[in-house]
Amino acid sequence: MTFRARHLLGIDHLSPPEIVTLLDLAEDYVALNRRTVKHADALEGMTQINMFFENSTRTQASFELAGKRLGADVMNMSVAQSSVKKGETLIDTALTLNAMQPDLLVVRHPNSGAVNLLAEKVNCAVINAGDGRHEHPTQALLDALTIRRAKGRLHRLTIAICGDIANSRVARSNLLLLGKMENRLRLIGPATLMPAGAGEMGVELFEDMREGLKGADVVMMLRLQKERMDGGFIPSEREYFHRFGLDAEKLACAAPDAIVMHPGPMNRGVEIDGTIADDINRSVIQDQVEMGVAVRMAALDLLARNLRAERGRAAAAVMV
Amino acid sequence: MTATLFTNARLIDPEAQTDAPGSLLVRDGVIEGIDAEAPEDATVIDCNGRALAPGIIDWGVKIGEPGERHKESFRSAGLAAAAGGVTTIVARPDTLPPIDTPESLEFVTRRAGDAAVNIRHMASLTKARGGREMVEIGFLTDAGAVAFTDGVRQVADTRLLSRCMTYARGLGALIVGHPQDAGLSRGAAATSGKFASIYGIPAVSPMAEVIGLDRDLSLVAMTGCRWHADQITTAQSLPALRRARDAGLDVTAGISIHHLTLNEYDVGDYRTFFRFTPPLRSEDDRLAMVEAVADGVIDVIASFHTPQDEESKRLPFEAAAPGAVGLQTLLPAAMRLYHGGGLSLPQLWRAMSLNPAKRLGLPGGRLSAGAPADLVLFDPDAPFVLDRFTLLSKSKNTPFDGARMEGRVIGTWVAGRRVFGGVA
Repeated sequence: MTFRARHLLGIDHLSPPEIVTLLDLAEDYVALNRRTVKHADALEGMTQINMFFENSTRTQASFELAGKRLGADVMNMSVAQSSVKKGETLIDTALTLNAMQPDLLVVRHPNSGAVNLLAEKVNCAVINAGDGRHEHPTQALLDALTIRRAKGRLHRLTIAICGDIANSRVARSNLLLLGKMENRLRLIGPATLMPAGAGEMGVELFEDMREGLKGADVVMMLRLQKERMDGGFIPSEREYFHRFGLDAEKLACAAPDAIVMHPGPMNRGVEIDGTIADDINRSVIQDQVEMGVAVRMAALDLLARNLRAERGRAAAAVMV
Repeated sequence: MTATLFTNARLIDPEAQTDAPGSLLVRDGVIEGIDAEAPEDATVIDCNGRALAPGIIDWGVKIGEPGERHKESFRSAGLAAAAGGVTTIVARPDTLPPIDTPESLEFVTRRAGDAAVNIRHMASLTKARGGREMVEIGFLTDAGAVAFTDGVRQVADTRLLSRCMTYARGLGALIVGHPQDAGLSRGAAATSGKFASIYGIPAVSPMAEVIGLDRDLSLVAMTGCRWHADQITTAQSLPALRRARDAGLDVTAGISIHHLTLNEYDVGDYRTFFRFTPPLRSEDDRLAMVEAVADGVIDVIASFHTPQDEESKRLPFEAAAPGAVGLQTLLPAAMRLYHGGGLSLPQLWRAMSLNPAKRLGLPGGRLSAGAPADLVLFDPDAPFVLDRFTLLSKSKNTPFDGARMEGRVIGTWVAGRRVFGGVA
């Protein structure tokens, strides 16, 4: 097996073969999830804790379902409104949880790097479910699976990522993954929402969306956070939609068979026109949600295998 | 098809930097050429050796619409401009309410039809000039805004200003700054020094301008936006301006005609028509700025026409509203620099017509073929004593009331149509 990672903290430390291994396993789970009886036993007897320091509905539900379908005991902790409010530090929260002997820990945190810090303090496998503006690896993996299924390949595609790149962990993980798989990447957005140094990241930058979409095979829209809308980064929703909202006219600049993606939740009429989002011939937004569960099952499964192997080695060493 | 031939003219060409006798042929509102062959049916205007130059493009004119129409309307401003040889007014957005949406820009664009001269509009940089949220720079550019400025209100929040500049860069929009540090300038009505101290007027050091300029130029270097300083008025600002240019920043600078022709002592006995923002400077600074215009370090001269009603000025000096009308006095005041300041007419017209046109992307400011026939015919030597009540502006707040001046406009043409002066 080529998947060696102990944790899934980011795309950065995954190799292309590891990514392919994970996506291939996820394909099996896509098939399982379409059956009426969706149970597997990869995590039988294991404990999975979903610890969300930031509110989330979709990602948390996806991870919960993934764990349960694999037979784990899943517990959700919305840390956003519990011990953190009482003044406990992140490391103390982690140590407390660690003492409860979980096997898999799924963590989302508003600060970049917080999940890495936590992973150093616990004995279980950690999955990053989004840390600040840093990484959101399972989102990039589910996007990759969606692209691979829709386009038949995951390399040599022209992929345009549009919107609030600067504040998006989804964009960072996607840039890393799609870059590793040798695709042509373009970033489209107002300069206020472009990360500094983007020009040195091996991507093409566009402030004119029509130019940027020319010939694109994949159009990946990003969510514009509400707090960015009020004059600080962009002047107004209507000007943003006019310049960077995906509508039929702008999409016509992309390749005729281009697919449209969005990590959700969408702001219809801000970054994407509702009719595009609902167009079953172009939009794969619902597929992304479906692939999300399968990819997370694959990630949990692979980490659990590595964890068992590691514990087996440790036990053997003790016996010697 | 109509043709007009201006013969026997002293042609002031700011592009070629020439001042030479010749004739100019205009056809259908467009300049056809210097010393060109005229058709037989052309109307001939004998200029009698007077100066014929591109019309003045006055960048930064306040018009009272909307909100203060009793001070100035588009119609009255247009009349004053035509009488002053100004063929294009670039209007300020610091109206009541400010021009900060495409809808309000559309309103003033429609109202500007009342004026006999060209009117272009700047929009504010932040909503309600409040310094908190950027305006819709994209929509406003599409609607015809030529530049973005909060006028004399400096955007204090450097993070917001940097975002405005970054956003504007992507659209190629020009931002006009007022580089005067807001903290130091608060409440000041004069430049600090002997005069202000003796008269007890709250004053500000010219260093406020240096601080403001350094700050804004740093942000321009950071964001790469196109930027223009509305008024640079002290010699101490010039090194920073030169450094910015040498570093390749897309930066230009302007100055008001008042700062080139008056100094702090002109305030005299608390004369409120001499209150300006920034305040009038020392004579040394004034002379340095005239030289900076000659050298091309300062690109633009404008009137900063600011109409104020009598009640706004009939107040103690520090309580009076700043600013002066200038559309009609810009040309005769500039003649002071021609007669006694060492600036040639082509140099003056480079700053009052060609450079604003180039910076704002306007078609005027030239005598070359294809340019619009926006022209001013004037006698640079004709003397007169200014009576402020003869000004066509609704407001009469001029510092030149009773002054002996030279330079009289004989005729003004906009797109070949005569908008001022009788039959020549």
